[in-house]
Amino acid sequence: MQKKKVFQLLVDNTTGVLSRVAGLFSRRGYNIESISAGVTADPRITRITVVTSGDDDILEQIEKQVAKLVDVRDIHELKPEESVYRELAMIKVKADVSQRDNVITLANIFRGNVIDVSEESLLIEATGNSGKIDALLRLLSGYEILELARTGVAGLGRGTKNIIMINPDGQTYRYADGEPED
Amino acid sequence: MLRKVVTGADALVRSLEEENVEYVFGYPGVAIAPFFNSMLDSKIHTVLVRHEQCAGHAASGYTRASGKPGVAAVTSGPGATNLITGIATAFADSIPMVCITGQVDSRLMGSDVFQEADISGACESFVKFSYIVRRASDIPRVVKEAFHIANTGRKGPVLIDIPHDVLMDRVAGFAYPVSVNLRTYKPTVEGHPVQIKRVIRELSRAKRPIICTGGGVHLSGAEAQVRAFAEKHGIPCVSTMMGLGSLPSEHPLFYGMVGNNGQKCGNRAMNEADVILMVGARVADRSISQPDLITENKVLIHIDVDPAEIGKNAGPTIPLVGDIRHVFDEFNAKELKVDYSEWLAWLDKYRAEVKAESEKRLAQGIADRKVRASRDYVDPRLFIRSLSLAMEEDAIYIADVGQNQIWSCANAVIRKGRFMTSGGMGTMGYSVPAAMGARLGAPDRQVVAVCGDGAFQMTMMELSTMDQYEVPVKIVVIRNYVLGMVRQHQHFAYHDRHAVTDMSTTPDLDKLAQAYHVGYMRLDSNEGMEETIRAFLDEEGTSILEVFVDPDDLC
Repeated sequence: MQKKKVFQLLVDNTTGVLSRVAGLFSRRGYNIESISAGVTADPRITRITVVTSGDDDILEQIEKQVAKLVDVRDIHELKPEESVYRELAMIKVKADVSQRDNVITLANIFRGNVIDVSEESLLIEATGNSGKIDALLRLLSGYEILELARTGVAGLGRGTKNIIMINPDGQTYRYADGEPED
Repeated sequence: MLRKVVTGADALVRSLEEENVEYVFGYPGVAIAPFFNSMLDSKIHTVLVRHEQCAGHAASGYTRASGKPGVAAVTSGPGATNLITGIATAFADSIPMVCITGQVDSRLMGSDVFQEADISGACESFVKFSYIVRRASDIPRVVKEAFHIANTGRKGPVLIDIPHDVLMDRVAGFAYPVSVNLRTYKPTVEGHPVQIKRVIRELSRAKRPIICTGGGVHLSGAEAQVRAFAEKHGIPCVSTMMGLGSLPSEHPLFYGMVGNNGQKCGNRAMNEADVILMVGARVADRSISQPDLITENKVLIHIDVDPAEIGKNAGPTIPLVGDIRHVFDEFNAKELKVDYSEWLAWLDKYRAEVKAESEKRLAQGIADRKVRASRDYVDPRLFIRSLSLAMEEDAIYIADVGQNQIWSCANAVIRKGRFMTSGGMGTMGYSVPAAMGARLGAPDRQVVAVCGDGAFQMTMMELSTMDQYEVPVKIVVIRNYVLGMVRQHQHFAYHDRHAVTDMSTTPDLDKLAQAYHVGYMRLDSNEGMEETIRAFLDEEGTSILEVFVDPDDLC
């Protein structure tokens, strides 16, 4: 049975690491529904969030094969009940003066911001989980969407249970367990 | 006295010296020239191969024979791309080696200059790790890490791509790191004690257990441990192609190779077993064609150093991640009272039946062919058995790819020696350069390569290298003037429509041997087989034995 899973990867911030991760997915035929990457508070480390799908065997293989990449420090699932996901979308809608208010009202309902206006268009910025963005897009489909940019999902676990930290020596440890003595 | 380290190239050579490298198999070019220039002052020997692919196979053969990672060094662009098949072949069989490629100057990288190839990009999917070195001062750390990564955990090739300017750059002194500091790379070596206990408990309940050994047993150097465990408790063993030789072929507890090219007895033993210990084997398509079935009504215990292999093709009942040597040391230290003699007796009876039947067929086959063929041919099965028995006890037998490989697997008798072949990738032309590397890695051992006339022509240029460096290797060319394995496939799958498998105008090997200054002998029929093999093996230096087999013969 196909399932969707969100994985969080902590990888060394080196050249080519994103291509190594993405390349592994493509050559082994794993699905990437979205991938987003960015440096963490620790400049040595990049966090990658991958949304993927497959049956249980495939999802297990994904976790194991990614873990095997030499520059991957940690991979774990961000379980929906224990995590928060967000995605940012920028939606440019065709809207003249007469349509503007209606579009802005819709955007407001979704706590979106209007970040650019022109004679015939509005640019809305919206954040939320993917479902919310999809819902906003569905409602806006009555208007002409001129351009759309979505960032892909970024996520973090709730609370302090699953935080992975790196000490100055570069050792990986669980925040909840405290810094290793060694 | 050690030479002063002035440049990045010097640092690279010194780093290899620190790793006790004996040989570098390579081919020069402008980008890698600074390295070979520094090598002139080193005690490390260089071996100039005749094609870069062979540098890879030779390094891999060296690794398998010596247990130390082999090193290949080639230039940028075509030199690097030619090496790829050697790297991919080693990767598929988890053979540790370190491959160094020269690269164009850093400032030119990415601009498609002369002899530029993105080799780390191209090799991404079949190296364990790769480096592009940007600073000469990084070289000692990179080399230290490369050897560590290549030779630990699930072993495999590591690529180091070094731009020409980095090799030329000056460095301030040289210090080789004492240890590696790789935070993200920590392979599990010791098996989990709870899982080890579960395995022992499962064995104490088992009625018909079997150990299936894979290439991992050799890679871990665990042959003695596995054998001791099997002997101590009387557990029968089978092996995959890569695991051949982990127990001597004629060991009473060894029941043959498994898989679609394996032996009847080995496969039957697997099918009848109630507990399978899969040891350092991938449960890959060639050895287990229906992985779902081996977990049906069976307990599958899968032991491997690579957690990703466990459960990839078949879901095990008991997964056990760890280095096989460590795991079997633990097994051997555990109390276990079992008696599998009934199971062994059943297997022995079955084996005797199969043997009698196959001997009958062999005799019949020889008789048949004598009548049918206009000339006599050598029976490859009989030949390979005789050859392997005439070889020294600890000799290294290297099979190429094709019918010769399957005949070799089924008939070569391995005693204290090693059996090597390109199992995962199935690279034709592997045996000749690998034999050269193996002989350099094990200079006291006899090395025999067995290949077909197709594979031989892919890498026969290495005869020149063997001649130049006086590396004595025995090469058997199974001659049938066709690409036998594909032709056999065409026989079964394409109703004998033989598309592009004819090689009737291949070179005269006698003259070729003369041209390369190596010895030559031939064997046209079973007559005089023993004497010819004896003379061939006794001859000094490299020599070729051309063995004529029936193109219609099937493996």
